[in-house]
Amino acid sequence: MSIDRRKFLKIAGLSGIGMGLSAADSLIKGKAHASEESSLPESGVRLALVIDVGKIRTDEDYKRITDACHSIHNVPNIPNTKHEVKWIWTDTYEHTFPDQTNEFIPTEMKEKPFLLLCNHCAKPPCVRVCPTKATFKRPDGIVTQDPHRCIGCRFCMAACPYGSRSFNWVDPRKYLDMNKVNPDYPTRTMGVVEKCTLCVERIARGLEPACVEASNGAMVFGNLADPNSKVRKILSTHYTLIRKPAVGTQPSVFYVIGGGENAG
Amino acid sequence: MYNGSKIIIGLIIFLAIATFPLYSNFGKSAVMPKPSIDTPVINQLDRKECVESAEYMKKEHMKVLDQWRDEVVREGKRDVITVGGRVFEKSLQNGCMQCHSNKSKFCDECHSYAGVKPYCWDCHFFKEEGQR
Ligand code: SF4
Ligand code: SF4
Ligand code: SF4
Repeated sequence: MSIDRRKFLKIAGLSGIGMGLSAADSLIKGKAHASEESSLPESGVRLALVIDVGKIRTDEDYKRITDACHSIHNVPNIPNTKHEVKWIWTDTYEHTFPDQTNEFIPTEMKEKPFLLLCNHCAKPPCVRVCPTKATFKRPDGIVTQDPHRCIGCRFCMAACPYGSRSFNWVDPRKYLDMNKVNPDYPTRTMGVVEKCTLCVERIARGLEPACVEASNGAMVFGNLADPNSKVRKILSTHYTLIRKPAVGTQPSVFYVIGGGENAG
Repeated sequence: MYNGSKIIIGLIIFLAIATFPLYSNFGKSAVMPKPSIDTPVINQLDRKECVESAEYMKKEHMKVLDQWRDEVVREGKRDVITVGGRVFEKSLQNGCMQCHSNKSKFCDECHSYAGVKPYCWDCHFFKEEGQR
């Protein structure tokens, strides 16, 4: 008899309570030693993104970048916000940097949308809580996900302080034009969680992430562990913010904040 | 006897589930499948060979795919496989299906004969030649 994924999940669900307890336990333990030691890995690679917010101006700029990601990864466009799936999206300054709110920041900052995606945290709580190791961190710092192993428990969603993950409440193919999908990349299925993978499939071919390519220089990709890398040069010469530093996850996505002429 | 009727109902339900594979296939005709390798790409090849022998692939393709999946997704080992000068990607969509572009004849026929429903196709997809 073939046992399909859904039947398996029903059985696995019964044992899920036990796993939940152990995951909660590791989350509590993990919090105790949040962000003391250096975030640079032994592998000598920590891939990172710098986003120069001043260089993304028009609605078309934002759309070009988010569409680049969602079209090549077959991310469905689900209008119901409760069911939506997003790998890269925008939100307000207050929601992006809730601990940086200051009533006197320039109006253009306050009104500007900010590009959000998975931060590929150096200390990712999503990895810590995933009971199946479906979510894992690669030696190069990319926090990626093996959808084959995801049992849809959504612990990672609860653990991620940035809302970077989406759950497939419905069959994503219903919201994809199957004649226009990227035939080289799979879709996902109902009952799994997904998120930005920092374009592991493109990096393997020596390409930059799709959003970076589409950003016309507003986003820069590189190795944070290399002091001579372009990302490090920008970080050492510009004022940048990371999201929610207090939670100690050490994001690898940096935002250049400031006026018109910035990184580049 | 306490709850005798509940126990008996429970037993009946249990038996119904446990013997499901036996009666669910009962009476269905079992025509021997003949997977076909008649596709444009394969027809153009001088030597029709896959990453392993046909015999081996018939028996073990699911293990090969499982191993590729772990190597590619988990270990980042995306190196290609070269056999007789031809390059194969370790990928269902971008490897296997490039040659075997006749999913219904090459994959589905055997799978339905054997009564297996691989959930690969829940995410991976393929448009058959002619439907493209
Ligand atoms: S942003 Fe969220 S999903 Fe991404 S690595 Fe950090 S905790 Fe995990
Ligand atoms: S939903 Fe999937 S990826 Fe997230 S914690 Fe559960 S198994 Fe891991
Ligand atoms: S890095 Fe790749 S997967 Fe992540 S948001 Fe950018 S395009 Fe999408």
